[in-house]
Amino acid sequence: MNADAPVTDKRSTLPWPMQLAVPVASLITFGTHLLIAQKAPPLETRSYMLLFWEILGVSIVLAIVQPFWPALRKWMRHMWPIFTAGILLLGCWDVITAGLHLLPLPYFPGPAAVLRSLISDRELLLDSTWHSLVLLLSGYTLGVIIGLVSGVCIGWSSSVRYWGMPLLKVVGPIPATAWIPLAMVVAPSAIVSAAGLVALAVWFPVTMLTASGISNTRASYLDVARTLGAGRLYLIFRVAIPAAVPNIFIGLFMGLGASFLTLVVAESVGVKSGLGWYLSWAQGWAEYGKVFAALIIMAAFFSTVMTLLFKVRDRVLVWQKGTIKW
Amino acid sequence: MTTNIAAASALRVHQVCKSFEVPDAPGTSRLALDGISFSIAAGELVSLVGPSGCGKSTLLRLVAGLDFPDTGELLVGEERIVGPSAERGLVFQDPNLFPWLTVRRNIEAGLVARGVLREKRTEVDEFMRLVGLEAFANAYPHHLSGGMAQRVALARALINHPKVLLLDEPLGALDAFTRMRMQDEVLRLWENRRTTMLLVTHDIDEAIYMSHRILIMTSAPGRIDREIEIDLARPRDRTSDLFLRFRSEILEHLHFAGNAVDVSA
Repeated sequence: MNADAPVTDKRSTLPWPMQLAVPVASLITFGTHLLIAQKAPPLETRSYMLLFWEILGVSIVLAIVQPFWPALRKWMRHMWPIFTAGILLLGCWDVITAGLHLLPLPYFPGPAAVLRSLISDRELLLDSTWHSLVLLLSGYTLGVIIGLVSGVCIGWSSSVRYWGMPLLKVVGPIPATAWIPLAMVVAPSAIVSAAGLVALAVWFPVTMLTASGISNTRASYLDVARTLGAGRLYLIFRVAIPAAVPNIFIGLFMGLGASFLTLVVAESVGVKSGLGWYLSWAQGWAEYGKVFAALIIMAAFFSTVMTLLFKVRDRVLVWQKGTIKW
Repeated sequence: MTTNIAAASALRVHQVCKSFEVPDAPGTSRLALDGISFSIAAGELVSLVGPSGCGKSTLLRLVAGLDFPDTGELLVGEERIVGPSAERGLVFQDPNLFPWLTVRRNIEAGLVARGVLREKRTEVDEFMRLVGLEAFANAYPHHLSGGMAQRVALARALINHPKVLLLDEPLGALDAFTRMRMQDEVLRLWENRRTTMLLVTHDIDEAIYMSHRILIMTSAPGRIDREIEIDLARPRDRTSDLFLRFRSEILEHLHFAGNAVDVSA
């Protein structure tokens, strides 16, 4: 036996249990489904089983390819335990709902029924996601721009702070959704009022964190810049704002969270489109499969947006790399 | 103490007083600087030594234009100091590099601030070579050691060709060996550019090793008590008899002299 063999093995391929984890988990999950869902509508089972074949096929192909593709192997080593757990969790959900009927119907459909709703209503869901995205982006962008401007002004100028800070402290903490009755009266259309509410929800944390970041700029950075010949514009745009960027990003993340909440609420009360509207519409028809479908889309949608903001932050704050983890 | 002020004085401080309000007792104030007067010739390297709290850094901030005296005046050449300016560079104990800029962009900062980057871009390379940091041009400050960061800070201050370079304990945070190397580095920069330098330090050896003249301050209120001209040839030997004699003279003046040093003066 070659003593080096295990080491090289480890490097050039995944261990067997890990290669087999996903296929085995999907066999368990979908095998269980076949057992418990014999009375389910055939259409429902067929799309669910299609998902099973896809997962099985892809995971087997990946297991075959990974010895020749180190980057893929690294990714699989990292992700496979999570995927395995996710697939098994799907099986548990199936057993609890469709199998043992532990949760009341129609509020808790099984995964196969949810998948069926997802597929059959895909056009409306896609359209709703698109409308939510447009609303979210316009409201968020507006809120960030206004928040940055007001935050920089409040943080930099003591007279603006004197007048602006009380307003910020009194008006800011009101949840944006509490303005809905007024917004619906004032705004020319429901879309505009919803975008305004999202902007308001974003504006407060962005302003607050930007202002505190600017006013906490290390005095010695400003002193050094002044002895280098810096004027006011340099001090604001090249010293105070860059120094405040870590803080500003905290504001952007808090604002993003607030904007999701506001978006969903605003859509479900006024706007006749978007995922929030879809959610309450499906609830109105007691189509809980569609409710879950909308929740799944929201999870994917919002977490993607959040991930994008993380990527932007990593790029902008590359100078912090190695000093801070959050 | 006949300093040859034949050369035009680059910096003149005349009867400067500065007091601060006592934080605990509003209305009362404490005199930090009491009638400070001195002048520095162009190309001279002068040290300011004294116990902590004697107002050395306050004085340096006044010269930098970051603070203003109650009475008296400060002049660079014939011009009164009315605020900070690129002609008086300042280097602190903490290098205070902008952490969001690379080494190169930090050194460029003065040129950008004055809006002359385009014309003087070639000088950036020159100064990076001067402080030996070409290899770190694109590194961010938190990757640098203390000595390297301080070299960047020096280059950043020098790129504006200041008439006076103010150094506020610039080597105070470095370990003993790095500090001695950096002293030679600063001297090399001085020899290279003949920039007038005012160095605040509490390290007496550093003051003797580096300066033409030492101003000794006492505290409460801060006064310039004594002025000592160091007429040793360069490069100076930190262990020579003359060096040690200056050392004991200063220590004695600051009431720290012990028996360990042979006081033959």
